[in-house]
Amino acid sequence: MNTLTKYEAVIGIECHVELKTRTKMFCGCLNEFGGEPNTKVCPVCLALPGSLPVANKEAIEHMILAGLAFDAQIPAFSKFDRKNYFYPDMPKDYQISQYDMPLTQGGVVRYWLEDGTMKECRLTRIHLEEDTGKSTHAGGGDGRIAGSTYSLVDFNRAGVPLMECVSEPDIHSAEEAVAYLEALKRTFVQLGVSDVKMEEGSLRCDANVSIRPAGSTQLGTKTEIKNMNSFRSVHRAIESEIERQIEILESGGRIVQETRGWDENEGVTHSMRSKEQAHDYRYFPDPDLVPLEVDRAAVERLKASVPFLPWQRFERYHREYGLDVKPATQLIDSLPLADYFDKCVAASNNPQQSMNFVLGDLSRLANETATPVHESPVTPEHLAELIGLVSAKTINSKIAKELLERMWRGEGSPKVIVEKEGLAQTSDTGEIEKFVGEVLAANEKAVSDYKAGKTNILGFLTGQVMKASRGKANPALVQELLKAKLG
Amino acid sequence: MANDTIRMTAAQIARAVNAGEMSASDATGAALAHIDEVDDRVGSFLTRLHDLARAQAKRVDDRVRAGERLPLAGVPVAVKDNMCLTGTRTTCGSKILENWISPYTATAVQRIIDAGGIPVGKANMDEFAMGSSCENSALGVTRNPYDLRRVPGGSSGGSAAAVAAYEAAIGLGSDTGGSIREPGAFCNIIGFKPTYGRVSRYGLIAFASSLDQIGPLTRTVEDAALAYEAIAGHDPMDSTSIDRPVEPVSHALREDLKGLRIGIVKEFVTEKLGEEIDALYQQAYDELRDLGAELVEVSLPTADYGLATYYLIAPAECSSNLARFDGVRYGLRVDGDDVGQMYERTRAAGFGQEVKRRILIGTYALSSGYYDAYYVKAQKARTMFANDFKRAFERCDLIASPAASSPAFEFNAKSDPYSMYMMDYYTIPMSLAGLPALSVPCGWVSGMPMGLQLAAPLFEEANLLSAAHAYEQGTKHAQKVPVAL
Repeated sequence: MNTLTKYEAVIGIECHVELKTRTKMFCGCLNEFGGEPNTKVCPVCLALPGSLPVANKEAIEHMILAGLAFDAQIPAFSKFDRKNYFYPDMPKDYQISQYDMPLTQGGVVRYWLEDGTMKECRLTRIHLEEDTGKSTHAGGGDGRIAGSTYSLVDFNRAGVPLMECVSEPDIHSAEEAVAYLEALKRTFVQLGVSDVKMEEGSLRCDANVSIRPAGSTQLGTKTEIKNMNSFRSVHRAIESEIERQIEILESGGRIVQETRGWDENEGVTHSMRSKEQAHDYRYFPDPDLVPLEVDRAAVERLKASVPFLPWQRFERYHREYGLDVKPATQLIDSLPLADYFDKCVAASNNPQQSMNFVLGDLSRLANETATPVHESPVTPEHLAELIGLVSAKTINSKIAKELLERMWRGEGSPKVIVEKEGLAQTSDTGEIEKFVGEVLAANEKAVSDYKAGKTNILGFLTGQVMKASRGKANPALVQELLKAKLG
Repeated sequence: MANDTIRMTAAQIARAVNAGEMSASDATGAALAHIDEVDDRVGSFLTRLHDLARAQAKRVDDRVRAGERLPLAGVPVAVKDNMCLTGTRTTCGSKILENWISPYTATAVQRIIDAGGIPVGKANMDEFAMGSSCENSALGVTRNPYDLRRVPGGSSGGSAAAVAAYEAAIGLGSDTGGSIREPGAFCNIIGFKPTYGRVSRYGLIAFASSLDQIGPLTRTVEDAALAYEAIAGHDPMDSTSIDRPVEPVSHALREDLKGLRIGIVKEFVTEKLGEEIDALYQQAYDELRDLGAELVEVSLPTADYGLATYYLIAPAECSSNLARFDGVRYGLRVDGDDVGQMYERTRAAGFGQEVKRRILIGTYALSSGYYDAYYVKAQKARTMFANDFKRAFERCDLIASPAASSPAFEFNAKSDPYSMYMMDYYTIPMSLAGLPALSVPCGWVSGMPMGLQLAAPLFEEANLLSAAHAYEQGTKHAQKVPVAL
């Protein structure tokens, strides 16, 4: 047994996601990324003396919607607590968060792996809190705090609503961790509760990693990994940490419970602080905010608005329609495209061809013209017509391609074009025989070459017949007739 | 003339200004001149707002001339220095905010201005409202206008002294455990703390958020009612402010106490305060009866736990509320080698003894391992207080008690913190229960004024003020001008 299969990794993920709301969590400042430093601030988000927070209703609704999408429980009561610690980019020197009565409890995230396996990861909770400002270290030190002579703080981000999703330790590999995060991302984007732009820091995550002998049910000592700035670095960091822990156990060592930072350049984790140095956050209920009584009717309304979710789509596309994992995922990752695809399937009853067109020619045209597919003049119904024409062998694929380009230019229904211009593929033997006769007469050399054994010349002759028929001839029939004539 | 003007009550000034008999500018001018005359001795104000006051008075005159009738037209107001007012220094009596200029205005202060009131100065206070004598101010000494060797009470000592010394007709104070009622009693005036949540805390620099409440200090109950009507009411900027209509009260104040049941708390034994004080309160209760009230004995079994409960909850909240004074964004900064040292040096230099003591107590009470034994237990005790009062109010309409344990004492008389904390023994239970309560002058001990505390069930401010008015008018204990002036 090699060392990798000797151990099982046990991973839990804590994920911070900035919510997409009009205003910040506890004040009226706009919730927008970027801008000149300290221009999206007010007495409340700067924690000026005497200012008070007022909770953002839209953020609370986003949270409940997210919880419902994962089948979480929405308790009737919830409250905000203060998490106390000093940090220069945290204006109040405490963060308003939720400690023991989060807005959502439990729930399940369903996600799939590259081989199509459907997985489940239980959620512990999702709670609502506020983001901090951002520090920049200047005067030497290359942006690091060590060596810098002063620091600047931008509070534009301070007070942006943040949800923290805490998972149970149900994840067992780096691949699963990334797939889990992708599922979260897709779901939040589809719900409209977040843009989830990792490059803008609107999704940040930490991983709790431990290993145990395969088959064991006891948990090993965990480490918490921070500073992972992309899904790729999540993958690399977890792999590296699992390897590090296996090496320690294999050499008879002991894992120390600690927080470790991922170093993207060196590709390793470094110890940041041990359990003994852990903060005592002195949580207590925030006396500036009243407890939240969650209105059941509002929860029911939100429940009714939960859309058809990514994992449900995946089950349909992959299991029901038989699409491969990759194209199925590709569709799901672009919601307008998936919606377009769904409409096309509804009208054509042909998922495979719908997928081929949507991800193939239509996406190519969209790229070339910088117009999204769903905003193009090609309606899903027209595309379904086109698919119908191909399936019924009324037109061949070459004509279909040409038609699609004309539809993209706004020429409307392919059926109408085909009828008007008589483009329907012909399987009329007499008519095709006429073209075959003409082509054979005009290509005596080819005919003799064929008869001399160069049978691959058949392709050329077929092309000539198709050309003569202006593409309308049924190619299979053309070949059949050619072979018969050439004997 | 000027002397008569400064002695006018808020109601009288507003009436005269609205009737065109006097201008707001004249009323303000008289107050400012008087402040210049006496405040070097009394020390009510940390910042005098002469220019701002004159400009505001002019605006009020313009509004009155344009036909508006303003409930506080031309009334000089002393604002405790823990309330923000745009463009003015707001210090909380602390070195850490000594030079901080507020860029915004507290809701209560704005409502005073909207009602035609004239902020004439920012009043001294115990640092961050922690204290009962004003001696904890890091920025100035305020003296009791009735005896300059004595303290004015606290923490709203500056506002109380200003009103008692006729420097303002209304003082805005804040009360966390008695900080309006006790200085009111010490300075022979009305100190009124409305129900928790009645007045917005937006712009009030927090000491203990779940207890802090803004209220007026005035020379008459009618003025307290007028000020209360101006500042009370829901504010969308404060989640804890209550969305419930404020009953108008200033025009319907009663003259007797007939039909009222007033509870005397069995556990509040006044004998332990000394013979003279005990006799005074027995006399005050008799006066209540003489005015038509029925006295009933009620019980607050938890009364003795008030101080212990309060001194866990208030410091716990303050330890968190005062974290923001870190030298990063505003206020005092003392540089260090790194950010941690900067925090330490700034807070060491910026906060006084009492503030540090409470931050330490609160930090300890919230620490992991102690939280359940201290903070959680204190919150449970608080619920017991609320329930005790609920039961007591089944038997009575109001509760009467001393407002403070003694008359105003001399400077440096309370050497240990606990004896200072004891001053608020009678006011803290009402604070913990969020009840409206006030102190009204009830006589004199050793030449110094004493206050009677009246408390009512939640939201029954109208009843409370009305009864206090009847007592005030029926006894006239307050009618004595401060001799020190």
